[in-house]
Amino acid sequence: MAKAVVRGSLISIGLVGALLASIVQAAGDSYVVPGSKAAQLENCVEPTDFMRRNHMEVIQHQRDETVHNGIRSTQHSLAGCIECHVSYEAESTPVPVDSEGQFCETCHNFAAVGVNCFGCHATVPALTDREAAAEVASRADLGWHPPITMSTPAVQGLQPETGGEGR
Amino acid sequence: MKRIVYREWRLTPQRYWGLLAILAAVAGLGGLAFLYMEHEGHWVTGMTNQVVWGTPHVFAVFLIVAASGALNVASIGSVFGKTLYKPLARLSALLAIALLAGGLMVLVLDLGRPDRLIVAMTHYNFKSIFAWNIILYTGFMAIVIAYLWTMAERKGNPYTKSVGFAAFVWRLLLTTGTGSIFGFLVARQAYDAAILAPMFIVMSFALGLAIFLLVLMLSFDQDGRPFGDSLFFRLKNLLGVFLGSVLLLVLTYHLTKLYGTKYHGVEAFLLVSGGVYTLMFWVGWILVGMLIPLGIIYHPVLGKDRTWVASACGLVVLGGLAAMYVIIVGSQAYPLEMFPGQTIIASGFYDGVNGEPASYIPSLPEFLLGLGGIAVAMLITAVGIRVLQFLPESLADEDVDPHAAAKA
Amino acid sequence: MSMNNSSEKIDRGRRSFIGVTAGTAAVAVAPGVVLHTMAGAAPRSEAVTSDVRWGMLIDTAKCADGCDACVKACDDENGLNLQIKPEGEGDAKWDQQVAKWIRKVKLQDNATGHLTNLPLMCQHCEHPPCVDVCPTGASFKRADGIVMVDRHTCIGCRYCMMACPYKARSFIHEVVAEKLTRAPRGKGCVESCNLCVHRRDNGESSTACVDACAAEGHNAILFGDLKDPESPLSKALGALPSRQIRQDLALNTGVRYSGV
Repeated sequence: MAKAVVRGSLISIGLVGALLASIVQAAGDSYVVPGSKAAQLENCVEPTDFMRRNHMEVIQHQRDETVHNGIRSTQHSLAGCIECHVSYEAESTPVPVDSEGQFCETCHNFAAVGVNCFGCHATVPALTDREAAAEVASRADLGWHPPITMSTPAVQGLQPETGGEGR
Repeated sequence: MKRIVYREWRLTPQRYWGLLAILAAVAGLGGLAFLYMEHEGHWVTGMTNQVVWGTPHVFAVFLIVAASGALNVASIGSVFGKTLYKPLARLSALLAIALLAGGLMVLVLDLGRPDRLIVAMTHYNFKSIFAWNIILYTGFMAIVIAYLWTMAERKGNPYTKSVGFAAFVWRLLLTTGTGSIFGFLVARQAYDAAILAPMFIVMSFALGLAIFLLVLMLSFDQDGRPFGDSLFFRLKNLLGVFLGSVLLLVLTYHLTKLYGTKYHGVEAFLLVSGGVYTLMFWVGWILVGMLIPLGIIYHPVLGKDRTWVASACGLVVLGGLAAMYVIIVGSQAYPLEMFPGQTIIASGFYDGVNGEPASYIPSLPEFLLGLGGIAVAMLITAVGIRVLQFLPESLADEDVDPHAAAKA
Repeated sequence: MSMNNSSEKIDRGRRSFIGVTAGTAAVAVAPGVVLHTMAGAAPRSEAVTSDVRWGMLIDTAKCADGCDACVKACDDENGLNLQIKPEGEGDAKWDQQVAKWIRKVKLQDNATGHLTNLPLMCQHCEHPPCVDVCPTGASFKRADGIVMVDRHTCIGCRYCMMACPYKARSFIHEVVAEKLTRAPRGKGCVESCNLCVHRRDNGESSTACVDACAAEGHNAILFGDLKDPESPLSKALGALPSRQIRQDLALNTGVRYSGV
């Protein structure tokens, strides 16, 4: 009986793991929201892998540099991140970057890590930066579709054995 | 003198769990109040940009000051070698920890960003007395726990005197630090006074002993344990001495401020024209908190009655809260003296226009949070004395008084 | 003033030559001038140093009764006018809890009845009590003299508000819905006038309140570098008698007042 329970749980863990792996693969390499300036660009200010693992350290180091030393010219500014990663609805209206389905929120929601920044920091670019960014974003010919998350129906219909794209 | 036996508090389960339920409910209300304050923001409280520390701080500072005073009884036994007080040392230490935990809980939960407690523990500005207090409070917890260990564990007994001495010195530093939180501030007319540190020390003596005596009397009474007159009268008279010292230092503080012309404004406010603050000072702190208890304690008839003395202790507690209200809130209500010789007749930020004090109305969430802190302190004490051996079996004269045989 | 000799004809050829030369020179130099201005307006890329100490001189004689242009400009520049009263809160209590960085104060002398108007904000002391008391070091003095709060480290204890001799600080009592990129603000932290630090770091030369006062024509507030003896601020401080508010506290404030 105990053996069966252990065996059963090991198999389920394995299946869930494979499911997760396939989903990550199926979702593609990016959480960047189509309709943002970032979607048009090759990669972030640093390589994507680096950003995935270290963006929090970059942000926290930069904030000290900005607050205590007044440095605002680097490519690591939070305002820069938002300006690039915010997506635009019709008529250049930016969608707050921490609302559901948007860039910061999707990944942080998945990882279950709270995003404390936007309690104080603006979630849309400053008006002066907005027009320029919306310009770049609007040049996309991809059309707009919702970002792929765990709750996307196509993802939920995935079978663990397929292990490949499941769109 | 007989060997002291410590035993768990033997209340009937129904009464014990009933007590815990009540305390837990009050603590729970305090927790809900905290969640409400933290979620909505401090706009739901009565605290403003003018009166920034309110009812939670009144309760928190009261509990912290009482905590260091509660340890006094143990110090009298361990440091000053008075045999009569030695049986009380364990409860004294437990109460000190419990009151400090309750006070710190209220203080931390009232922060604008309580989620940043880790930041507070890892970033220190050593010029700030507040930062020093954080170290003093946590160190106090550690030292008192070590002190308890030396008392409870046979192998630790030889160290009771030295650790007790360290605890005694530490708690004096702690109360000095707490008083200096206010005494170091140059900005406010009612602060910027070195006497606030020793005043807080003697206040801690009085408040700590009053609460200790109340807890002792209550717990012994409920469990039917004997509490002899010898020890009882010593403790009662000691409370009288402490109250007298507080009265002396309060008198010195106000007389000094009254002597300096530049302080006449704030003194007139606190002592005469401050409305609720004047009421709290004269009726709450002086009358209820000191004069009436002194009258009871030294009364030839009332002073021998246990119920009257317990009431006196209760009045001291109320007076202590009133004192904190005057010191913390009253001093903020009085406007800053930025332009001596001139009156501010208009201001965009409530700078005491025409001498008007800042308004502060305590709100329910603040009050519940403060009460929650007291409930947590009492919860820790109740569970402690029930589960572990803190209370001596007997404080009867023949058991604890070294001179009982001579008197008999 | 020379008399025009009717016999000397105006040499138009010489005039046009000078004109063309001057024009060419101007065109050649202009891009450099423009570039210089733009470089001055660029975001800072090197850490601030203590070579500069920002300060202000407020001439109360020029401060107009009833005018609050500086307050409105500050509220606008720093997003303070985006604060919304929470639902269920009374107007009177909200007015006591809303954050304000600068306010107008009107004084009357008790003996003479003389009236004075002045704006009051964080005085940017050299020895700030708020910095001394902050338990986490969030309240700090920047190298260039600006006293401000690092709101990443602030735990919202409000001790600095107790300590400030000028009641310059404000606590954010409510959840902030709309924030400016240049002036972040959030519930639970303390803040005060930072001499428009975002303008300082982006190379602009003055603060919002100074600009507004100048736009109104009063020019009561002068902003500049206290350490530069040639700056208009230092020169004005040399010319006009001035003092610090609460000078007896010996805080050596960066903001000085004349006429109070």
